[in-house]
Amino acid sequence: MSGYLESQLIILCLSIIYAYGIFLPAASGQLNLGAAGFITLGAYASGWFNLSDGLGVSMPLSVVMAMLFTGAISFAIAFPILRTRGVYMVLATFAFAEVVSGLTINMEFLGAAAGMPVDDHAAVEIVVIAAIGVTLFSFYFMSTRLGLALRSIHDDESVSVLFGVNVRLAKVAAFTVGGMLMGLGGAMYGHHYNYIEAQAFNVLLSIYILLYVLLGGTQTAWGPLVGAIFFTVVPELIRNLAIEIGSDWLADSRFIFFGAFIVLMMVIRPEGVVTRTMQDRVASALAGRRKDTGETE
Amino acid sequence: MSDNVLNITGIQKNFGGLKVIDDVSMDVRRGSRTALIGPNGAGKTTVFNLLTGVYPIDQGSIVLDGMEISQIPSQDRVIHGMSRSFQNIRLMPHLSTIENVMLGQHARARSLGNLMFPLGMLSKNKWRQEAEDALHNAGIGSYPGEVVANLPYGVQKRIEVVRALVSRPKLLLLDEPAAGLNEVETRQLQELLEQVSQSGVTILVVEHDMHFVRNLCDHVVVLNFGQKIFEGTPEEVHQNPAVLEAYLGREDSQPAKETSDAS
Repeated sequence: MSGYLESQLIILCLSIIYAYGIFLPAASGQLNLGAAGFITLGAYASGWFNLSDGLGVSMPLSVVMAMLFTGAISFAIAFPILRTRGVYMVLATFAFAEVVSGLTINMEFLGAAAGMPVDDHAAVEIVVIAAIGVTLFSFYFMSTRLGLALRSIHDDESVSVLFGVNVRLAKVAAFTVGGMLMGLGGAMYGHHYNYIEAQAFNVLLSIYILLYVLLGGTQTAWGPLVGAIFFTVVPELIRNLAIEIGSDWLADSRFIFFGAFIVLMMVIRPEGVVTRTMQDRVASALAGRRKDTGETE
Repeated sequence: MSDNVLNITGIQKNFGGLKVIDDVSMDVRRGSRTALIGPNGAGKTTVFNLLTGVYPIDQGSIVLDGMEISQIPSQDRVIHGMSRSFQNIRLMPHLSTIENVMLGQHARARSLGNLMFPLGMLSKNKWRQEAEDALHNAGIGSYPGEVVANLPYGVQKRIEVVRALVSRPKLLLLDEPAAGLNEVETRQLQELLEQVSQSGVTILVVEHDMHFVRNLCDHVVVLNFGQKIFEGTPEEVHQNPAVLEAYLGREDSQPAKETSDAS
């Protein structure tokens, strides 16, 4: 695999992991704009646990510990943050990410503004396996009764309560598990590039990840996958097209087209690219075709 | 086991200075089909909201099958055997029929093992099978591949009843189940409710359609301005002057008022 494709594949895999971390709470209607904060926590935690000057544990262990660490922080902040709703939750999670960023950049033992080198290297294969694992886990998670409860909360919280759903517990669980996934994503980032700096995880990253999820669709587990692939691949395709036809102008202004496309998608499919109805129609069409071929054989 | 599945004693609810429910007491006999009727704004839906814990009561007590439930959190009351439908359809629009019904099972499946059970991945499992059977028994298809938002109104109304039933309630609260249904749909609903009643579930229904109430119910409680004004059989309701006055106004005062205006 060429270096270019490999680097794009890594970005895609990391985006998918991050997107599922934001998706799980978003499935119950919680908008989390703090992705960068959770990714920072995971990256620095795993890096420091792995570092010979830190705890010096092996990489697999440091990654698991980083997930637990990020999960614990997510759990702790879930209680105050989940008291807020809608745009206020967006602001609260954004503030959390800023706090994490500000703290990290001022901690000398984490390298402060100069960043931190990470010892052990995670090869491409490991990052790909992590992304596949996170995707499969998220499909499983959404198919459970807890997943059903989260989708019910998204539609009508007060009715969910009357049918016995512990809304607070379900939301905290989704937020915490989402935080753990982003911790894993951050750890993968650190171990793949072997260098982390807090400035790399900025608010733009948080915005992008939330956009992946919202444009992909929050109703099914396909949404974040489609959103992440779309956001990673399409700008690159436009860039390659620009190189192909030799247009510097297109290469420079590709994000104008991309931005216009996002606005268009929001108008055409306000509930996301993949909706529940669309998934069912595709599934029944596939099942129908399978039956047809079965009969002709 | 007491004869009553529900005892409401002296409940009161104020919204600010407004007494919405004023010292209402009523019992619902086990196995009965009781109707709660009254003019618009009488407080019928508020009674349901107080029973299910949407609002706390200010005074009085609610005893469900021998257990005081007025201090129990809303999300836990359904476990003690009471579930409801809603005046305006409150199905989850983005879920399929089966998923909506499976939400009704939630109160019976709150252990960690059940919460993490992959309902959606296994095409055959006991919860899904039970939901399909419940729909089938109610004469509704499972409409695979459709979110409920796309289904006809009458079907959605009945799905709400099925969703409430799969929580296995002792007392089923129905808030205007026949509102907006045509004659055929109303008859289908009535058949479903009679079947439910025969299976031993007690029904408490808020309804405006008096024809429906006469056909279905054996006991009627009438509310007006948050107070209970009458309790008896459906036949007696039509004879009672207080009820007629609540609905139609006083008959003899009307001409008298007109003549006094004229003079």
